[in-house]
Amino acid sequence: MSLSIQEKGQRFLDNLPHCQRLGLSVVGGGENQLTMRLPYAENIIGNPLSGALHGGALTTLMDTASGTAVFAVLPGYELCPTLDLRMDYMKAAAAGVDLIAEAKVIRISKNVVFTECLVYQEQDHDLVARCAAAFMRIGAELTPPEFEAAIENNRPMEVTL
Amino acid sequence: MSSEKFAELLQQAHQSGDFQPVVDNIPYAQFIGLKFQRLGQDILFHLPANPDNIGNPILPAIHGGVIGGFMELAASLQLVMSMDSVALPKIVDFSLDYLRAGRLKDTYAECQVWRQGSRVANVAITAWQSKRESPIATARAHFLLTRD
Repeated sequence: MSLSIQEKGQRFLDNLPHCQRLGLSVVGGGENQLTMRLPYAENIIGNPLSGALHGGALTTLMDTASGTAVFAVLPGYELCPTLDLRMDYMKAAAAGVDLIAEAKVIRISKNVVFTECLVYQEQDHDLVARCAAAFMRIGAELTPPEFEAAIENNRPMEVTL
Repeated sequence: MSSEKFAELLQQAHQSGDFQPVVDNIPYAQFIGLKFQRLGQDILFHLPANPDNIGNPILPAIHGGVIGGFMELAASLQLVMSMDSVALPKIVDFSLDYLRAGRLKDTYAECQVWRQGSRVANVAITAWQSKRESPIATARAHFLLTRD
């Protein structure tokens, strides 16, 4: 099955319960990149004075955008755990403003995939944060068949606790 | 909440030693379910297992971003509790290494403030689940200590 980067990314995202709770969505995709949106919400505020979102919500946005880009850009259904993230918070995100993460896969090597991600305020494109990350390639054969099926059939996995 | 009200809340916490009302007023702390315990000078941060925090449905495992957010919040609270400041520190950068999958289990974190200058603090954070000697993630953060 051949899915667009955006569609493959969105189906991957649909399988991550915490991201559903944050309301993340894939809003664009290109040859080696993916764009994700985090809607502003009061329950993820980190600074009750300014109403700025907590850095942790941005961390999740950047980790997810980068990881989803890796999954969507690699052929097949290869899952790559995050090795590390390095984030700069350049400005507190303004209260009430939705955020856009643009993640780029910049190198796919045999064992590791490298990404870069920038986060902007949607309304004025003001730069808020950036992230460099590395993902480990553990091999497509380790992807469980039920996860492949969830993506192919566009039917998110049920989490069994 | 007004800045006066929050500053007052912080001031009261510094006086009473009870920072729970401060944490109760940080929405993201409630969103992920952060708890903490003060053991003398030490502070143990605790993230109870919560299916809402799952990022990997296969294992299942906690979302790496939640683990990062928990550690980041722990570091800033460590600074708040150990300083006299009545403002929240601002995160500047954060470097996070994932060492093991964070299973859907209770997660703990402790922080080490390596350097606290007048404007910047450097904090190391370690997170673990079953065994402190086998961390699931380590991180390092810089914070700006402002008074606005």
